[in-house]
Amino acid sequence: MNTATLEKPDYNYDIVKLFTLATCFWGIVGMLGGVFIALQLAFPALNIEPYLNFGRLRPLHTSGVVFAFGGNALFATSYYIVQRTCQVRLWCDKLASFTFWGYQSFIVMAALGYVLGITQGKEYAEPEWYADIWLTVVWVSYLLVFMGTVIKRKEPHLYVANWFFLAFIITVAVLHLGNNISIPVELFGTKSYAAPSGVQGALIQWWYGHNAVGFFLTAGFLGMMYYFVPKRAERPIYSYRLSIVHFWSLIFIYIWAGPHHLHYTALPEWAQTLGMTFSIMLWMPSWGGMINGVMTLSGVWHKLRKDPVLQFLIVSLAFYGMSTFEGPLMSIRAVNSLSHYTDWTIGHVHSGALGWVGFITFGCLYYMVPKLWNRTELYSLKLVSLHLWVATAGIVLYIAAMWVSGIMQGLMWRSYNDMGFLNYSFVETVMAMHPFYIIRSVGGVLYLAGAIIMCYNIYRTIKGDVAVGEVDKDGNPREAVTTGRTMTLQPAE
Amino acid sequence: MNLNKHAFLEKNSIVLLLMIIVVVLIGGIIEILPLFRKETVIEPVEGMRPYTPLELVGFNIYIREGCYNCHSQQIRPLRDEVERYGHYSLAAESMYDHPFQWSSKRTGPDLARVGGKYSDAWHVAHMVEPTSVIPESIMPSYEFLKHRAAKVENLSKHLVALRRVGVPYTDDMIANATNDAIVQGTGEPATDPSGLMSRYGDKVIARDFDGQANVVSEMDAMIAYLQVLGTMVDFKATQEVEKEAEVKSK
Repeated sequence: MNTATLEKPDYNYDIVKLFTLATCFWGIVGMLGGVFIALQLAFPALNIEPYLNFGRLRPLHTSGVVFAFGGNALFATSYYIVQRTCQVRLWCDKLASFTFWGYQSFIVMAALGYVLGITQGKEYAEPEWYADIWLTVVWVSYLLVFMGTVIKRKEPHLYVANWFFLAFIITVAVLHLGNNISIPVELFGTKSYAAPSGVQGALIQWWYGHNAVGFFLTAGFLGMMYYFVPKRAERPIYSYRLSIVHFWSLIFIYIWAGPHHLHYTALPEWAQTLGMTFSIMLWMPSWGGMINGVMTLSGVWHKLRKDPVLQFLIVSLAFYGMSTFEGPLMSIRAVNSLSHYTDWTIGHVHSGALGWVGFITFGCLYYMVPKLWNRTELYSLKLVSLHLWVATAGIVLYIAAMWVSGIMQGLMWRSYNDMGFLNYSFVETVMAMHPFYIIRSVGGVLYLAGAIIMCYNIYRTIKGDVAVGEVDKDGNPREAVTTGRTMTLQPAE
Repeated sequence: MNLNKHAFLEKNSIVLLLMIIVVVLIGGIIEILPLFRKETVIEPVEGMRPYTPLELVGFNIYIREGCYNCHSQQIRPLRDEVERYGHYSLAAESMYDHPFQWSSKRTGPDLARVGGKYSDAWHVAHMVEPTSVIPESIMPSYEFLKHRAAKVENLSKHLVALRRVGVPYTDDMIANATNDAIVQGTGEPATDPSGLMSRYGDKVIARDFDGQANVVSEMDAMIAYLQVLGTMVDFKATQEVEKEAEVKSK
């Protein structure tokens, strides 16, 4: 046997490290933005016109957490997983490096635009035409790097995590191109007009918007789940057959669900009904994925008791299950007539975003960072546990506040008195939400605090430190790693 | 299912990629393409017209400030909404909005039919300091709109771009875009608004919206836009047409 085949491939970890650090950075920025705009709703005096008004900062928050935090996490983990599961180095270092700097510059370009008032005015698709073209270039490079690596793989079978990443990359490309067709006013100006208008524009936007959730925030993150849950649990994925059924049914059904954002609007009713029907069907593949992830712990449930990183991964699946049950429920027209336009929607999105997307990302980072920087384990598992509980408390406060305020507002809007008149003026419903806006802000602060704890933990891990009382698998105390940096501080002989 | 057949896809990544593309395109094509047979989607109504140049400037400020993050423009056919906001929104009413501003959240009230509900002075006071007219309001202040001149110089280019995406602006409208905006926003008796009205109809409101004479500010544009929202469709004419149709069907 050739000894060369036994050697570990020379993986490109540098690019994964860069994306990992960017994930931490943008996570803090995006969540800080979220806390700030939450406080603006509770205390409007915090609006500073024109640049820091709620209307300009809200896209900054959504893009910051979805595309900057989530996007960088997807780049980092997909580049890590595709190399590990294909057993080859990432294809083309230079192009991979371009995807990093290209993507960061897209984020900065978009963010500056929002604050300056440059926006297309479509939710989650706010960047103007020039930023959209730039993102297209970056995204095609991403697809090339990923596919290039897949094609030169040494493993004959492509692992399931990579199917999800492929579906995520290609579908996001289709959605991005489909929803951003516009005519610029001037070649050297920022303003453009979207090609479709009214009803057509609305359906294309929510075809895009709902599948930004479906493919960016779900398929991509399921790819992470399919790799990191089995790795951390040291068990194979629960069911191969379920993986196949889950994958194809999820990507087929998700794409139809968009019209549930447009119930009772001027969109033709057949489209609304179709959207609702597929949204309800979507419950099944979603739970299929959750079951496949959670049941991977079969036989090693005891690990869940001690390992806070595994707890993060499994709690994220629990939140995934909860919000993918809530989603189909809210897509039913009768329920939607109450929930639409209210904070219930905001709460639903955040149970998915904070609970599922956030937690699975934290779990993956906690798993990946020691591997990338060649440490046996994190600086402190106790801090991981602290992060878990602080963040969970934050989510519970957040979504409970939004459920109450959303359902309350929806009911107040449709409340009549004995004479058959509307009971409440609009502003009375705004006043009623004030306490819940404060509770929501507290929840957000807790969640942000958790993320800061994580960044500190990751920083100390990279530095090579080990917290007092940390033990290895055999129960022996772990020792700090001597890194090159500390070596240079030694006095010369 | 035969798992061996799936192994073929796992071993041939290009085929897998193509399969994914086919599978994700189906739903989108079936739902979106039929909507471009517009005659089945948008019922024609009397009164809809493209925005005047000044209203268009207001529409663009509305987008720039992200008003859609808190205000919807889509009244659903539910009893309480029709009572609170007026007739439910029709497809035709947003057919010249590139992009649509239906929104998904009502942190503030729906604005689809806000036109004509409040006076210009109310709007100015509300924009400058929302709590001065609604003490409990949580809306940010937009006083700066009053102190910024509306950008009207290049409006012809905006109208050309919109014509390319299907808004029926005529050559006449494009040629007079800047002047029409100034006339509508100053509303001076000395300037003749008849040209504007011959292009956009007699219902166009030309007056000094923001109380600052001789200046076309962004506040003028914003209020001109808000005051036209939901007022274009002639519901009386539509009701008569509907009644006739009912009689015929009987």
